[in-house]
Amino acid sequence: MNDVKMETMSEKDMRRVAIRQAIVKGLVKFGVYAFLIIMALIVLFPFYWMINSSLKTLDEYRMSVPTFWPHKVMISNYASAYKTANLGKLFVNTVIVGVVSTILSLVITVLSAFAFARLEFKGKDMLFAGLLATMMIPGELFTITNYGTVTQLGWTNTYTVLIVPFLVSVFYIYLLRQNFLQIPNELYLAAKVDGTSDLKYLWRVMIPLALPTLISITILKMMGAWNSYIWPRLVANDAAHRLITNGLRNAFTETTGDVNYPVQMAAVALVSLPLFLVFVFLRKYIMQGVSRSGTKG
Amino acid sequence: MVNSKHQWKAWIYLAPAIAVLLVFTVWPIFNTVRMAFLENYSGLEATNGATFSFGVGNFVKVLKYKRFISCLKNTMILCVLTVPISTILALLIAVGLNSIKPLQKILQTIFFLPYVTNSIAIGMVFAAMFNIVGAFYGTENELIVTAGIINNVIEFFGGTPVNWINYGSQYSANIAVMTVYIVWNALPFKILVLLGGLQSINKQYYDAARVDGSSRRRIFARITVPLLSPMLAYVVITGFIGGFKEYTSIVGIFGENMGPADDAGRLNTMVGFIYDSLSTNSQGRASAAALILFGIILVVTLLNLYVSKKKVHY
Repeated sequence: MNDVKMETMSEKDMRRVAIRQAIVKGLVKFGVYAFLIIMALIVLFPFYWMINSSLKTLDEYRMSVPTFWPHKVMISNYASAYKTANLGKLFVNTVIVGVVSTILSLVITVLSAFAFARLEFKGKDMLFAGLLATMMIPGELFTITNYGTVTQLGWTNTYTVLIVPFLVSVFYIYLLRQNFLQIPNELYLAAKVDGTSDLKYLWRVMIPLALPTLISITILKMMGAWNSYIWPRLVANDAAHRLITNGLRNAFTETTGDVNYPVQMAAVALVSLPLFLVFVFLRKYIMQGVSRSGTKG
Repeated sequence: MVNSKHQWKAWIYLAPAIAVLLVFTVWPIFNTVRMAFLENYSGLEATNGATFSFGVGNFVKVLKYKRFISCLKNTMILCVLTVPISTILALLIAVGLNSIKPLQKILQTIFFLPYVTNSIAIGMVFAAMFNIVGAFYGTENELIVTAGIINNVIEFFGGTPVNWINYGSQYSANIAVMTVYIVWNALPFKILVLLGGLQSINKQYYDAARVDGSSRRRIFARITVPLLSPMLAYVVITGFIGGFKEYTSIVGIFGENMGPADDAGRLNTMVGFIYDSLSTNSQGRASAAALILFGIILVVTLLNLYVSKKKVHY
């Protein structure tokens, strides 16, 4: 009799412990979700505020109690933003620079990565190590001299100055070389036996296999052109060649005081939109490129 | 496979890259060092035939320059504030993301979103959020039309509005705004790297710990953090390197003024100092400042590597 009673007691205890554990687990889960969702809302808030403000009339924006959705939706802000900042011309300039520099950069990167991954030549390892070492140096150190160089070459206020100095990225060469190295050498040797030329092999085998890396490089390079600010401002800040970021900053120099924020926010939204679209459709490649840069250390 | 034909071919493949690198990467390294050690070197005067004597005057002058010291201070303060805050937040978010199933993908996407933004453009959005519209010169009889959404939120919770970035704002308020913006900007990369690291940790460690009945906190401190330490070291190092090169995020919020209307240049950074020197054709001073920046980055990186060698489990 006594034994049986003891057993039911401990069973009850066990059940109580199990319930308590479940409650703790549930609370922790709730806490985790609450934290993540609050952080996500904070991260998203500036985007929401940008769009919300860009659709308001100036009077509504200036109301002392803010409205969280415009009473009167002002699509026309976008038209005036487009006109004020001359965004059309800026878009065209940026796309020209972005596309040309991406294509040239891809060609150079593929050729160099191929040489480092597949060809044998004297001093290969030393050259490669030397290239990697330059990645440690802050870009400003190069810019000081390059500014003088391009001035002497008479390149200021041309597309050339925005494209050529940044054609070679050691990091992209490194990234692509690592990718090329993963392709088995036997394929290359077999192609050699068949009498396939290096270029044909590169085009038919290596490039298709390394396509994800090439897409990542393309996106990062285009985003670079879209977001570059310091160099263009220094060497090509004339109306004919100005890029989008500089144009945006130049068109809206006032950041504090009484600014026509709805129009300014509409311009910001227009500049952010292409990046957002790229993100939505090509997120996988961006994240791959970025995270691979994360493992380079 | 090594034969003379290949040797020759490899250099052809490398030629375009090497040509560009020689002009725009290798030559600048030597030239910038040269200019740094020529007293008061100016590119403009050099083209007019002026010669400069060798010396360390540029370095001495830069270090004595009040504005450089203020730039250095700003850069250091922003680094020391933003790197730990963003790393800890990113770690918490990554661990949180790694522990959930529903909503994981969508939350992960949201947290990555700030990475694909233009730091000038979104800086303008942050400026709008903190700006007091209508305050020009901080005088009494100004008509303040709206205090900005951040101040509205503060007032909603019963606080007093703060002059964040306008005329007459406090330095600490400016730094607070910059810290918020830089952390917001720095989170996505750190979360991506840390989450990648977490997902590659072998689940068996956790199973074993659970069998032993270890507490959550213990598992976090004894398993997650040590196994994640290479990634943590990596985001801290790159965070510091990025932090020392901070510039465009400040232009985004304060414009090229680099400070509130009554104190232009108050928030200028090392990189800003270099570009200011360059635009006044003082290449010697700019080069010296760039080399000092490089030196600081090198020391901080080596220090980080030294610390992580002791703490990081590989």
